[in-house]
Amino acid sequence: MSYSNKLIDHYDNPRNVGSMDKKDAQVGTGLVGAPACGDVMKLQIKVTPEGIIEDAKFKTFGCGSAIASSSLITEWVKGKSLDQASDIKNTEIAEELALPPVKIHCSVLAEDAIKAAVEDYKTKHGGTADDADATDAADAEEARSA
Amino acid sequence: MKKAGKPIYLDYQATTPTDPRVLDVMMPFLTEKFGNPHSRNHAYGWEAEDAVEKARSEIAALIGADPKEIIFTSGATESNNLAIKGVGRFYKDRKNHIITCATEHKCVLESCRHMGQEGCEVTYLHVAKNGLIDLDNLRQTITDQTALVSIMGVNNEIGVIQPMAEIGAICREKGVFFHSDCAQAVGKIPLDVNEMNIDLMSISAHKVYGPKGVGALYVRRKPRVRLTPLFSGGGQERGMRSGTLPTPLCVGLGEACAIAGREMAQESERLHYLRDRLYLGITDQLPEVYINGDLDQRIPGNLNLSFAYVEGESLMMGIKNLCVSSGSACTSASLEPSYVLRALGVTEDLAHTSLRLGLGRFTTEEEVDAAVDEIVTQVKKLRELSPLWEMAQEGIDIASIEWAAH
Amino acid sequence: MTGNNQSTYLDFNAGAPLLPQVRSLMAEALTETGNASSVHGFGRAARHRVETARVQLAALVGASPSRVVFTSGGTEANNQALHCMSRDHDATILVSAVEHDSVIAAAPDAQQIPVGRDGIIDLENLRQRLTRLREDSTAPILVSVMLANNETGVISPLREVAELAHAFGALVHCDAVQAAGKIPVDMDALGIDLLTLSSHKLGGPQGAGALILSKTPALRASPLIHGGGQERGLRAGTENVAAIAGFGLAAELAREGLAGAGRLASLRDGLESGIRELAPEVEIFGSAVPRLLNTSCFTMPGVLAETQVMALDLEGVAVSAGAACSSGKVAPSRVLHAMGVDQDRAACAIRVSLGWSSEKAHIDHFLQAWGALYSRKGGQAAKPTDSTEPARSTKAA
Repeated sequence: MSYSNKLIDHYDNPRNVGSMDKKDAQVGTGLVGAPACGDVMKLQIKVTPEGIIEDAKFKTFGCGSAIASSSLITEWVKGKSLDQASDIKNTEIAEELALPPVKIHCSVLAEDAIKAAVEDYKTKHGGTADDADATDAADAEEARSA
Repeated sequence: MKKAGKPIYLDYQATTPTDPRVLDVMMPFLTEKFGNPHSRNHAYGWEAEDAVEKARSEIAALIGADPKEIIFTSGATESNNLAIKGVGRFYKDRKNHIITCATEHKCVLESCRHMGQEGCEVTYLHVAKNGLIDLDNLRQTITDQTALVSIMGVNNEIGVIQPMAEIGAICREKGVFFHSDCAQAVGKIPLDVNEMNIDLMSISAHKVYGPKGVGALYVRRKPRVRLTPLFSGGGQERGMRSGTLPTPLCVGLGEACAIAGREMAQESERLHYLRDRLYLGITDQLPEVYINGDLDQRIPGNLNLSFAYVEGESLMMGIKNLCVSSGSACTSASLEPSYVLRALGVTEDLAHTSLRLGLGRFTTEEEVDAAVDEIVTQVKKLRELSPLWEMAQEGIDIASIEWAAH
Repeated sequence: MTGNNQSTYLDFNAGAPLLPQVRSLMAEALTETGNASSVHGFGRAARHRVETARVQLAALVGASPSRVVFTSGGTEANNQALHCMSRDHDATILVSAVEHDSVIAAAPDAQQIPVGRDGIIDLENLRQRLTRLREDSTAPILVSVMLANNETGVISPLREVAELAHAFGALVHCDAVQAAGKIPVDMDALGIDLLTLSSHKLGGPQGAGALILSKTPALRASPLIHGGGQERGLRAGTENVAAIAGFGLAAELAREGLAGAGRLASLRDGLESGIRELAPEVEIFGSAVPRLLNTSCFTMPGVLAETQVMALDLEGVAVSAGAACSSGKVAPSRVLHAMGVDQDRAACAIRVSLGWSSEKAHIDHFLQAWGALYSRKGGQAAKPTDSTEPARSTKAA
């Protein structure tokens, strides 16, 4: 199996590694995969009151392709709206990293992870983007006064 | 830490480099001494035949056998096929039960499975958490229909040594043939076919610093073991294995055995030291590293470690200067966790985090130290990346989480 | 060469000395570590060598590289071809009467197709047998016919055999161990479904062979040796990387060298005209039909082959009595017997086979030694010296 330079770069120098406070109202967390399958991906997004993803962090237990896929998607979602982020397709990730066929499932997992993070964020904010804005504003208020 | 030049080879259970001394002995047979050892009527043939017979004696000497009991094959895979199918087919009409073990090499399991299709009944013994079979269980499993017990000497993934003498004694007492796949054992630990009551033994050259493409099967003459050949033709090797013998390769196996016999004791001590240095070097710096298989009943050149919360393939990708295996070489291209580790009861998540580290004749202390550094650095880095490690640090029991399958 | 005066090797059909280029490649490959199934760099380098050889082999016989299965040698490949058809698919096997031991022994229940006095398979007999078999059933049939005989060099009309076999829905296996590298072999053009090759008959190392499959959909191969799933599940066992690499290069060199085969022809013709001059009564087997350019099988009437071979060996000339591959068994040449050569005559047949390192000086050396023996013995003895053991002659390659 040979890997693309981009993939190796993301594996060697993963972007946006880390964690955010998952109780923070601005943060949406996606945790997908299972240890028994050899892949677990945790992807977190921090969303502005305007509904734009301003930061993203990940941690991944998995092969190099899984690590690279999650690193790449954290780069891609920054600056995107929640809907735009949810629209990212695994095939785009697979293509960008030139994943070998046996590793396509890693890109699927990354797509699932961002969708799960967006979903988590939306759930926190009552299920719709409009509500989310309102709640966000309230949370932000709360944070300021604290 | 990244050393220039060749990466460090720590995959001695997959294959070993051919010892230069072995190559020296082989090379003349690749050039001027090119005769077909079966050409009985000119000097080229005699010379080749003499060399092959000398090699046969050297192999026999290493395992306490008679040279006449050594059959050359193309490797341990063929030897295992020949032993299991050969005995299975020959005795099938009288006794059709074969006993083996769940952690055997793929080629033993596949041969047994194939004999199952040909009408034999096959029992796969379980192993304990340390990788060893239960002798009482073996004793109880043997019936009057049992023709063959096939238990390996040393496991290729976890390096554990089965109690061969005890298995041999039980088999002899019950009148059952005992075959042992000793591809990983020959030259690594002392073996004696008579003391251990081994009736058939598979030998590989390239696991003992000889060339690839050659192996041997020991077949006991007293009491005589009979077998149906896998393939037929010129009737070479007492009719048990037809085909032109590859003289240079046979000579290489002989020399490899001779060297192993001379150097085993000293080499074993050296490898013990290096293996302990590797193991302690890693575990002193990293928590939650688990050893798979018994540490004492194990050849000194093997470590099989699970690095909890770090996936094995990504670790292999990170330790760029080290050549190791994340499972057995035959199956490591697939993404399934090792069946051997699973047979030990290693949970699937830990099985995904394992590395096999194989040390051998050309491994140096400097290489071991460099390997420790590289493994520790990478494991730390990957744990920082690992959500599971993070949860564990937070005190979350990972087993309590309901993971969605995907 | 080995301390005695051995200097003329004319037993290439038993085994060719390694080609110098192959030796260099192997000397390099043998020092490399790496299991071709390992994913690390050492393993991938080994894998690369194996895959290169696969392409080289396929090119020699016009096959697809993905259909090349490496084995430990020709014997194993022949056994696999016949076993997977007979044991796993219950096929009826037809073989020519002059096949190599490994084909005959692999299919003990096979029907044998006779050959004529010239060594050529009796096509009419084959047709009759196929007709009869097809009257009874539609079960699979495999016809196994060698491309060139190891003892006489006689070349079989493979295309006719295959056309006939295919007309009856039979598959064709061809043992091309002796032919490959000496004459062009094109599996598709000849209609071969399974083909056997051996490395050391090509000037490659011992310990490697190949079974090559056509793309015929009806062909479902199965393994003889089970295990780690190497060779697409058709042959388990750690790949013999150095030998396979050497085999591949030998195949490539053989393909390039086919054009120069005329050199061997003129050497062989020189040998045969020399023999006829020395002993006009000599019979050269298969000389009237297509034959490999490197092989000559003939008798010195009245002198047992073993006597000739021993005497020649003392003079430093290595040839063989018939074929050279059975292990010490003493039996008359099955091939010559099948051709209808009487036992006394067959017992006096030797085989001279040339190859890449053969030179005119070797032919001269042979003729001088053989001629001397002939003038000592052959001229006077009209019959074998000991008629009670006329068979002490043959070994098979």
